[in-house]
Amino acid sequence: MIIDINFIGLIIASIMASAVPLILASCGELITERSGVLNLGVEGMMIIGAISGFALMTVTGSLIIAIFGAMLAGVLISTIFAFLTQTLITNHVATGLALTIFGIGISAMIGKNFVGIPGKEFPVLFEGLKDIIPLLGPILFGHSIVFYFAFALPFITSYFLKKTKIGLIVRAVGDSPESASNQGINVRLVRYACILYGGAMSGLAGAYLSMIYTPQWIENMTGGRGWIALALVVFSTWNPIKILIGAMIFGGLTIIQFHMQAIGVRIPVQFLTALPYIVTIIVLVVISRDSRKIRLSTPSSLGKSFHKDN
Amino acid sequence: MIKIVKRDQPSRAIFFFTPVLAIFLTLVAGGLIFFILGFKPFEALKFFFIVPIADKYGFSELLLKATPLCLIAIGLSFCFKSNNWNIGAEGQLTFGAIVSGGVALLFYEQEGFYILPTVILAGAIGGMLYASIPAILKTYFNTNEILVSLMLVYVSKLILDYLVVGPWSNPEGFNFPETRQFSDSAKLPLLFEGLRIHAGIFLALAAVVISWFVFYKTYLGFQMKVSGFSLKTAKYAGYKGKKMIILVFLISGACAGLAGVGEITGPIGQLHREISPDYGFTAIIVAFLGRLHPVGIIFASLVVAITYLGAETAQIFMQIPKYTGQVFQGMILFFLLASDYLLFFKIKFIGLKK
Repeated sequence: MIIDINFIGLIIASIMASAVPLILASCGELITERSGVLNLGVEGMMIIGAISGFALMTVTGSLIIAIFGAMLAGVLISTIFAFLTQTLITNHVATGLALTIFGIGISAMIGKNFVGIPGKEFPVLFEGLKDIIPLLGPILFGHSIVFYFAFALPFITSYFLKKTKIGLIVRAVGDSPESASNQGINVRLVRYACILYGGAMSGLAGAYLSMIYTPQWIENMTGGRGWIALALVVFSTWNPIKILIGAMIFGGLTIIQFHMQAIGVRIPVQFLTALPYIVTIIVLVVISRDSRKIRLSTPSSLGKSFHKDN
Repeated sequence: MIKIVKRDQPSRAIFFFTPVLAIFLTLVAGGLIFFILGFKPFEALKFFFIVPIADKYGFSELLLKATPLCLIAIGLSFCFKSNNWNIGAEGQLTFGAIVSGGVALLFYEQEGFYILPTVILAGAIGGMLYASIPAILKTYFNTNEILVSLMLVYVSKLILDYLVVGPWSNPEGFNFPETRQFSDSAKLPLLFEGLRIHAGIFLALAAVVISWFVFYKTYLGFQMKVSGFSLKTAKYAGYKGKKMIILVFLISGACAGLAGVGEITGPIGQLHREISPDYGFTAIIVAFLGRLHPVGIIFASLVVAITYLGAETAQIFMQIPKYTGQVFQGMILFFLLASDYLLFFKIKFIGLKK
């Protein structure tokens, strides 16, 4: 049996494509969590990004406006979360849940008029190079700009946190808001910025889904990816590079499911669909079992409110 | 000039006042949204909140929707009070419905007084089993219960889907994704002729009474309160933390499972794909709006149940999208959390004194 080597390349490329929204949202949430804020609203921000991107693309016809508009929508909706948790000092978990419920409702409301409208083709880069190199060609070339950005993002994020001064400030705020505050750092401002950044990345992840990955609007189309992105942050033990690995595993699970069905493996389709969720649980158990290790890598003030008395 | 001052102690009066304030603010914001969407705000609000419950049938529907919300929220209040974030009640509801539905199908076309209690018990056990997964993983493997309980929601819905499409689907059902109708002995009796409200409401009321007793009259309730307030204090006092975590998850799982039983043996009468319009998630809002207090939860479940009915009515009469209901639910929680600020801080107007 001859296996077409380019076919393997295509499968790997499709795994990478399905990992893109997870990488984007996880890297955004990672920065938010590194500053000490637990935003459970990723699913809500993602779905808002998805509908905003798709709607703006349909109405304005401009892909650039749509992509940046989706990020802006993510920022706007996360501003609600930031205002509540940082200014009004509300509970992070409850506020994040409210954000997700609200986001799903609003997106369905806006999306009512966009159901069934076909999407637009999104331009890909280096398409000509795809066939020149076997195996690597389809993996490396012929993808959207968002795809390349997503695979660069973990490295950028890692560099930002480790090597830049602002990255150091973010970590300081997350690990010890009291001492950061004593050093004259405006904790609230830093956290606001990190929350809004997380919103922008979730918005972009959503736009990728509705504009590039499956170019159409379907209600609830994020289908729990926001929650898997949250799980990936724990999986990565707050290390952006490991998000890349985790996202590829989950992307792989999604893609394998399609191919198993195509080959005709006699496993109920529901079981294959449930696989990513079950694996998420197993992975979380394996990662969290060592409570000492997880405590060392978790931002110390994660999920705790900080209020500086006047 | 406005000055914000921290209160020495959270205000108890405001504790019970803020849910009312939150509902009021939600109505104002909702009116604004209707206005932006091009509807007459007062008319829309009337169709949303008053028309659906104006007659006997509407009121019965209100109680029908409030029943599962109240039941689940009571269960969740055990978890939330003790700082356990079970957000997968929707999954526990679904799994409870699956187990009890399976038992009900075993008694297909049979009669007997013992059938209904067995079916109800099976649902409670199903919910408890499913809730025990995040509880055990949290206590013995240190795993985050939020993510586990949530992932399990998706899994439970897929199990249900598999069953109603595959092995449990009605052999005479022309491949519709649904099971056979349960026998009458496996169904909760209706309370009034011509109305859908059923005996499940007594399960919810019993849960209210029992939880009130446990919270305020038992040592366990006191332990839960202390653990919720400060885990360190609880540890210092020598409370058995792990046992408590498992216990509160089992209680909330049982309640969610019972809510599932109430749906499938009440208005639905069989298993199919859509047995719950996200009651399990909405109940989280109900629990908070009711201040985790049994009586508060009764009122909150009625208020939130209106958003379900209102969304349907407003869609029929004014073509307002039905998702507005979810938007309202999200907003209620936002405003409730926001107005909690008043619990801890006083807003003083300086310079207005004469």
